[in-house]
Amino acid sequence: MKAKFLIPLGLFVVLVLFLAVGLGLDPREVPSPLVNKPAPVFKLTQLEQPELQFGTEDLKGKVWLFNVWASWCVACRQEHPVLMEFSRTQLVPIIGLDYKDQRKDALGVLRRAGNPYDVTAFDGDGRVGIDYGVYGVPESYVIDKAGVIRYKHIGPITTEALQKTIIPLINELKKS
Amino acid sequence: MKYLYALVLALLAASGSGAKEATQLAEDPVVEQRLIAISEEMRCLVCQNESLAGSRSDLAMDLRRELRGLIKQGKTDAEIKEFMVSRYGDFVLYRPPVKPTTWLLWAGPFGLMGIGVMALFMYLRRRNASMTPEELTDEERKRVEALLQEGEK
Repeated sequence: MKAKFLIPLGLFVVLVLFLAVGLGLDPREVPSPLVNKPAPVFKLTQLEQPELQFGTEDLKGKVWLFNVWASWCVACRQEHPVLMEFSRTQLVPIIGLDYKDQRKDALGVLRRAGNPYDVTAFDGDGRVGIDYGVYGVPESYVIDKAGVIRYKHIGPITTEALQKTIIPLINELKKS
Repeated sequence: MKYLYALVLALLAASGSGAKEATQLAEDPVVEQRLIAISEEMRCLVCQNESLAGSRSDLAMDLRRELRGLIKQGKTDAEIKEFMVSRYGDFVLYRPPVKPTTWLLWAGPFGLMGIGVMALFMYLRRRNASMTPEELTDEERKRVEALLQEGEK
């Protein structure tokens, strides 16, 4: 009979656990429906050479990292050194998407802070960003040889995310 | 207050984006009406507690531009919804669709209510069962009658 008085306490503990889990979740991390779907096709002009085009076509059969950034994006600056470091490993091509930006501002950033990108596509009106479901820059995608998005990282890539998730995934995808 | 209003107006005029928005409203009220109807049902991903219709974030403006384009192309509401969901997931919809992953969400409250009602019935029945009316013995009945008669006097 005594156990009956423990029921409210038990319910309370369950509620507290739900709250604890809920507080730990980040509401900004919306799961993308694009993971495990073919990466949206695009063809844009290049940032450095506006007369040249670049698109998903050019990356067929390759595993690549797609990083959406902009010169006005503060968190991108935080991410920049991590990408610089990663680009030195030459593991996969890093493709940038300069999202809703001015060419000269973006080029200024690359000149000052270094350029980790193999190619940067210029998405001035943000249409390609919309196709990729971008809602907060920076966002990054790992795309496999078949052109399927295998992973989406929201927010700046950290060294930890790179070492623990992104690099192991890339290595696995390169093998297949 | 008046100054503030004037300042806001001046800023809107200066930003240009506000002005553009206004011309488009005048351009085709039918399109705009549908745009508002559709985008009020959608969440802005930048400021998650605002609808796509109400938000002034850059992304919301771009998305409204895209939706406007889709409406002008004569797409149906379902196709426009699909355009958004395929990019941002069910999260953009304020009314989540009924499907296996959301069954708990839709049925959960009714399930909880059912459990509550069942618990209430069980409790009431048990209480009823435990409260058997006590029969008075003959001796007690006599005492009651005696007391009542005494009271009448």
